[in-house]
Amino acid sequence: MTAKPLVEMRNISIAFGGIRAVDHASLDLFPGEVVGLLGHNGAGKSTLIKILSGAYRRDSGDIYITGEKAEINNPRDAKKYGIETIYQTLALADNVDAAANLFLGRELKTRWGTLDDVSMEAEARKVMGRLNPRFRRFKEPVIKLSGGQRQSVAIARAIYFNARILIMDEPTAALGPQETAQVGELVKQLKAEGIGIFLISHDIHDVFDLADRVCVMKNGQVVGTARTSDVTQDEVLGMIILGKCPPGAVPGPGAMPMAA
Amino acid sequence: MSSVSSSDDAPALVEEGPVARFFRATELDTRTLGMVAALLVIWVGFDVYSGMLRPNEGLFGGSFLTPRNLWTLSVQTSSIAVMSTGMVLLIVMRQLDLSVGSMLSTIAVATGVLQVFELGPWLGVGHPAIWIIAVLFALVLGALIGAFNGVLTAYAGIPAFIVTLGGLIAYSGVAWALIRGETVAPMDKTFKLIGGNGPLASIGPFWSWTLAAAACALLVLGLLNGRRQRGRVNFPQRPIWAEAFLAVCGSAAILGVTAIVNSYAWAPKIIENYAKENNIPIPPGVEDRTGDAICMAGDAVVRCNEGLVFYTGYAIPVLIALAVGFAMTFLASRTSFGRYVYAAGGNPEAAELSGINTRWLTVKVFMLMGVLVAISAIITSARLDAATNSLGQLNELYVIAAVVIGGTSLAGGVGTIYGAMLGALLMQSLQSGMTLLNFESAYKDMVVGAVLVTAVFVDQIYRRRLK
Repeated sequence: MTAKPLVEMRNISIAFGGIRAVDHASLDLFPGEVVGLLGHNGAGKSTLIKILSGAYRRDSGDIYITGEKAEINNPRDAKKYGIETIYQTLALADNVDAAANLFLGRELKTRWGTLDDVSMEAEARKVMGRLNPRFRRFKEPVIKLSGGQRQSVAIARAIYFNARILIMDEPTAALGPQETAQVGELVKQLKAEGIGIFLISHDIHDVFDLADRVCVMKNGQVVGTARTSDVTQDEVLGMIILGKCPPGAVPGPGAMPMAA
Repeated sequence: MSSVSSSDDAPALVEEGPVARFFRATELDTRTLGMVAALLVIWVGFDVYSGMLRPNEGLFGGSFLTPRNLWTLSVQTSSIAVMSTGMVLLIVMRQLDLSVGSMLSTIAVATGVLQVFELGPWLGVGHPAIWIIAVLFALVLGALIGAFNGVLTAYAGIPAFIVTLGGLIAYSGVAWALIRGETVAPMDKTFKLIGGNGPLASIGPFWSWTLAAAACALLVLGLLNGRRQRGRVNFPQRPIWAEAFLAVCGSAAILGVTAIVNSYAWAPKIIENYAKENNIPIPPGVEDRTGDAICMAGDAVVRCNEGLVFYTGYAIPVLIALAVGFAMTFLASRTSFGRYVYAAGGNPEAAELSGINTRWLTVKVFMLMGVLVAISAIITSARLDAATNSLGQLNELYVIAAVVIGGTSLAGGVGTIYGAMLGALLMQSLQSGMTLLNFESAYKDMVVGAVLVTAVFVDQIYRRRLK
């Protein structure tokens, strides 16, 4: 891949009260590529990705979007660069309906500047029809929806606004097997459209099915990055658990020093 | 959350009874209807009970359901009702303002001092600009105090409960310091009208009917517009009969209330003075002590059925409260500001991640609360025709009680403006009713407190059954 990376994060660090949650992590993503971000709970994957989505402000390091230095200090900035995120917690406002969640922060307005609820619901019906054709509960607050339905609202929100970069944080954690397969299909479809996707998961099988490359983190540091074709699942497990970087991977600062 | 629901296929439709179908078709909120029913029960109860003690011309023989009492009730409710609309948004956003009572007295006193000691001597008492300057001053002061509360809460990270508890104590100190416990009076003569003070502070039957007709027209237009909008994108619509039902009931309510305020006549003495001042001849007639009008029986002015009479119509503070309610409902449901307030109350983190600046939003809501407190301060001091630092005492509790009775959840995310205003009316009905029945104030407080707790309890049961 010689094209310019869509996203390049260089030497990103953030500390919370003395704990280095992310420590000089570097990561890149190309158009139409799925990069799986793996690691234990607390390895720093979600934190790293929240820096990209603007939820956290980094202490140091730079972010480049298509080769240009990007200023991402809050979620609004990230959205301006076409970065959309599906959070592990889904980040839905439980008390309002699907359309209100879909357009939260980017409402459609009538020509008098008031909310155009009818248009928003119509658009919500369109995009939800694509993701989850059986979904019909547009009038209800999302707290009344099932886990899968809530998930599809969160996904709809991420893809509706023509994302260039999609971050999926444990997108299948709350889903059954059939819905998980649906998400897999969706990832392939979006990838074909040239969208770059960060897939955060601790399910190594999921990641191997969908990702082109994996990046493993441990204790806030990048252990290594590898094409999924160059490493085995066991080797990746070794990276996650021991921080041992196999020959097929490019080692990062967190790789265990190898006894030659 | 724990219940696994499969209503995608809406199997409930088949078993739906006529009552359920009625409520679904009209999209009426059963909770609000319950509140209206409770209100009517309280009203009828007071009227019947007062009729047993001392018969009067009320609907059930008492003195509660008389135009005079209902008109007074509407004026008394307006101050709390105005503030409750702002408190709804604050509580929906998981904030709280305990300082509204003290803010009210501070603003009222400061505005009173400005009018009486500064503007009066400077521009001359009764200058037409005084009331405008006073009102603007009050609104700006309210916004500033609100912004102060909001900044401390949102940017300094102090919990709103603490910030405004401090405000409750501190602002009442400010009000005291401004006038050292004295009473500032009288207010400017135009300013007074805002409080419903005096016969000219109501708009009279003609304008009341005009306004009522306009409100009915707006209601019908609103229903039609909603129908057209939903038709544009082929959404399911209410059946025609349900639309007609809403239009008829809504219009009947508007016209009914207007008929009531339009049948409350000025007191005979006031009519007589007004006639003398404006050289209006008082026609001769036959004395009737139950009549609303005045006439000349020989040389004496007496009450009679046929003669000179003026009816009050809507009082200005009531119109202000209605306008505020209308504007706040619009703000809460039709603008992105309102949408953000509700979303931030439902899930503050989600709102933040959606790119909403929740801190600045918090400051804005506190400022709005401050402006509404200023409106109430104007109404209250204008109604009393004086400003003292005891104005607004305990108002924070009445406002919060009204909001909670009105169905706003203290957990945030849920609440309506009209619910809170109905809650304010309910609270005031209880208090006025018990005053009418000569309850001791200690017992009044006990009843009001008990009603607040009971209302929330009933609401909890209702919500649990709904799930």
